[in-house]
Amino acid sequence: MTGVVHRPASAAEVAEAVRGAQLVVPRGGGTKPSLWSVDGADLLDLSALDGITEYLPSEYTVTALAGTPLADVEARLAAEGQYLPFDPLLVEAGSTVGGAVAAGANGPGRLRYGGLRDFLLAVTFVDGRGEIVRGGAKVVKNAAGFDLPKLMVGSLGRLGVLTECTFKVFPHPESCATLRIPGMALDEAIEAAGRVGAGAVEIECLDLVHGLAGWDQEIRIGGRSFALDARLKRAADLLDTDVTTLSGDADASLWRTRREFGWASPDASVLKLPLTPATAGALEQVLADLDASQVARVFSAGIQQAFVAWPAERVADLTVLDRALTQSKLTALALRAPADAASQPILGYRTGGELLRRVEQALDPAGRFGRL
Amino acid sequence: MTTTDAAEFLDALTRRLGPDRVLTGAAPMAAYESDALTAFRARPRAVVLVDSAKEVVDVVRLCAAANVPFLARGSGTSLSGGSLPVHDGVVIAMNRLNRILEVDPVRRTAVVEPGVVNLAVSDAAAPYGLYYSPDPSSQSVCTIGGNLAFNSGGAHCLKYGMTSNHVLGLEVVLPDGEVIELGGDSLEGVGPDLVGLFVGSEGLFGIATKITLRLLPKPETYFTLLAAYDSLAAAGEAVAAVVASGLLPGAMEIMDNLAIEAAEAAVGAGYPLDAEGLLIVELEGEKQQVAAESELLLEVVRRSKPYLEHIASDPDDRMRIWKGRKSAFSAVGRLSPDYIVQDGVVPRSRLGEALTKIQHLGEEHGIRVANVFHAGDGNLHPLILFDGRVEGELERAEELAGEILRLCIDLGGSITGEHGVGMEKRQYLGEMFGDADLDAMRRIRLAIDPGELANRGKMFPDAEAPALLSHGPHPLEVAGVISRE
Ligand SMILES: Cc1cc2nc3c(=O)[nH]c(=O)nc-3n(C[C@H](O)[C@H](O)[C@H](O)COP(=O)(O)OP(=O)(O)OC[C@H]3O[C@@H](n4cnc5c(N)ncnc54)[C@H](O)[C@@H]3O)c2cc1C
Ligand SMILES: Cc1cc2nc3c(=O)[nH]c(=O)nc-3n(C[C@H](O)[C@H](O)[C@H](O)COP(=O)(O)OP(=O)(O)OC[C@H]3O[C@@H](n4cnc5c(N)ncnc54)[C@H](O)[C@@H]3O)c2cc1C
Repeated sequence: MTGVVHRPASAAEVAEAVRGAQLVVPRGGGTKPSLWSVDGADLLDLSALDGITEYLPSEYTVTALAGTPLADVEARLAAEGQYLPFDPLLVEAGSTVGGAVAAGANGPGRLRYGGLRDFLLAVTFVDGRGEIVRGGAKVVKNAAGFDLPKLMVGSLGRLGVLTECTFKVFPHPESCATLRIPGMALDEAIEAAGRVGAGAVEIECLDLVHGLAGWDQEIRIGGRSFALDARLKRAADLLDTDVTTLSGDADASLWRTRREFGWASPDASVLKLPLTPATAGALEQVLADLDASQVARVFSAGIQQAFVAWPAERVADLTVLDRALTQSKLTALALRAPADAASQPILGYRTGGELLRRVEQALDPAGRFGRL
Repeated sequence: MTTTDAAEFLDALTRRLGPDRVLTGAAPMAAYESDALTAFRARPRAVVLVDSAKEVVDVVRLCAAANVPFLARGSGTSLSGGSLPVHDGVVIAMNRLNRILEVDPVRRTAVVEPGVVNLAVSDAAAPYGLYYSPDPSSQSVCTIGGNLAFNSGGAHCLKYGMTSNHVLGLEVVLPDGEVIELGGDSLEGVGPDLVGLFVGSEGLFGIATKITLRLLPKPETYFTLLAAYDSLAAAGEAVAAVVASGLLPGAMEIMDNLAIEAAEAAVGAGYPLDAEGLLIVELEGEKQQVAAESELLLEVVRRSKPYLEHIASDPDDRMRIWKGRKSAFSAVGRLSPDYIVQDGVVPRSRLGEALTKIQHLGEEHGIRVANVFHAGDGNLHPLILFDGRVEGELERAEELAGEILRLCIDLGGSITGEHGVGMEKRQYLGEMFGDADLDAMRRIRLAIDPGELANRGKMFPDAEAPALLSHGPHPLEVAGVISRE
């Protein structure tokens, strides 16, 4: 059940809508329904806040209104040989600038230089009192005032409605290719990942993909075309096993499918879990205990995050999963899930609750955005 | 606070820590009265030397109960007055909390106490081929706790970012003594990025007692290029050309003639004395990649027509080049009895414009300014030279420093890239941000710390400022422990 739907065309109109609402939730393109579907809330459809307001390739900065589709941003950057190094998710599905920041999720490419948090320089948002607030600065380095841009990363629309964001961008590697080793045992794959990740070769992406025959390891290397073959060979030598090399379209489409969740069944809930090579085993144990060892999943970005496709027919078990994750000190964000699947988009173990409560009190005293 | 309450409060601190670790009185506390911005001094009520996180919690709770302001102090190298004591407050000296609790080569993380010195982290990680990337010039003395409070940077932060980009998890004592955990040990998180909010909060949100840092594999090789130009503008244009070429160097630094001269006199780095602008560009990474990139870099830099270029021939040569750069601050200090290290950011395409204007401003005020800066990210460090013994010079230098900050704001930049707002730049925060922006920050501060006990009086413009009291070198500088690099 949604309340009124607003379609503000400016920050001032967002502020007005917020001031007039009891409970209000922003929606970007709607790619992550579990994140914005809140019972009884007014909906702020941000699709009219659309457009790149400033792009300065020589500054490595781009500024866009929050409802701008990331696909548009990426296309503009690509024309200048630049990209968003955090590798946003669901770009083709229609993900927006504000939605990406609020979800705080990154693709496999975040391995190379960092995540969205590391590339968000400035934000404008409307807080729960209907005030328009700016934080950060539109330059690549800044230490003035509290880091409000970082606070908005992962805030899920609960601390403010973003209206404009400035990102740092980087030059895109001249060319990329991917090495693949199929069917590894998990231990073996993690060990190999550690070897390749130790620095001799700089890696764009490193994912372990769960499949019927074990784990496929996929390692993407990018840089100057001239040096690429030698570097691929060096990585292959480190792996010391049979590898296949994907280049050109095969390489591009592999990673595109990954971040568009094309590997997950369309009706599955997609969860993101922060991970480390040391906690991957704990997640495997949780899944095994719930008789879910066969669910599609990827350990992504050098095993720093897992994407798990939780099957639609087991959606009722998300509450059981929630409890099991808490016990194992693991956390999950339901990036894509049916609106009513979980009472909260965040499952499992949480930290920082007391600080968050105080920040919510400061930015949204009346609880207009709901609480996380 | 009545005299009896004050005595009772000190008693309680002493009962908790023992008399040796509670310093009171002018002489024992003298070294804590200012930080590296020596123009400010303040006398605390007491300095406590804590040995454990538990003691930090207990001291904070005692302060909260007695409504006494406090601040954590690392090595006191803040250049913005950030670790200046709060008058009549408690200084919690963190230096003894200096254990590296864990280095995990698989996760590539280090868990440290906040008093650990920046360079010690890289030293501990070195056996695993890892290092801690942010490299402030003060890295052999400054602490991770201080780095965290200011989101400190260094010459090599262009590619992999500042402190904030390398902190994964925290244990924090909130200003009322409540202990919380933030983040974790993964690069990824879920929910609002509270670690990101805490880093750079200048000690206003409480005290970090345990910090999980990300380590990076050491670059396999470096390619370090020195290029000399007959104008600063030409050096600036070379930076723009490198950026436009699609290369991503690990560092891009520029020094002006005054800085070159001083550095040369101090360490003999082999810099050309007649250069008006000297550019240092460094590529880092794996061999094949750096080899391929270095060809492009040379091509791009040659097009900018330096009158002299020099490629570091071996690691020693490279160290010599960097030694000159890193000693530039203290070297410039030799040219003048006093100086202010300023820190501002401009969009890098406007570097040339900013430098020209700074030169004019200096001439107008009759004050010499030397420039050393992180050109790659537009982070200026004008060094304002003055003589504090000459009546009015300190005030004129401060005025010039302020005008430089306004210039940064006008050009669309920031009043600080890495040294923080602290005490020094409070009045400019309100010029960079609007009322609603500051109000939101203030509300967050008050929700976290209603009594404004943690580092009271810093960062926000409305707080009362102490008078400019004195000048001269930092006590640690006198003791030869630090120098202003
Ligand atoms: C399985 C699937 C189903 C789809 N269903 C639909 C559909 O029903 N309707 C439709 O239009 N499109 C749908 N799409 C298409 C596509 O989702 C959208 O065009 C896309 O919505 C963009 O959403 P988003 O990623 O920007 O973030 P959203 O999913 O809109 O939001 C993610 C989170 O960010 C918050 N948020 C978003 N914007 C802001 C902001 N500016 N400030 C603060 N918080 C913000 C939200 O409250 C939410 O918590 C679907 C796509 C897929 C893959
Ligand atoms: C010669 C010289 C060169 C410098 N070069 C650089 C440079 O290249 N780049 C750069 O960024 N800076 C530089 N600085 C500035 C300074 O070294 C940094 O700001 C440094 O991070 C301060 O560390 P510290 O341990 O001395 O902190 P302090 O000065 O003791 O404290 C700084 C702030 O941190 C807070 N703090 C300390 N510990 C904690 C904790 N555990 N939890 C919460 N808050 C805490 C304090 O309350 C204070 O507000 C330089 C300074 C000097 C003197």
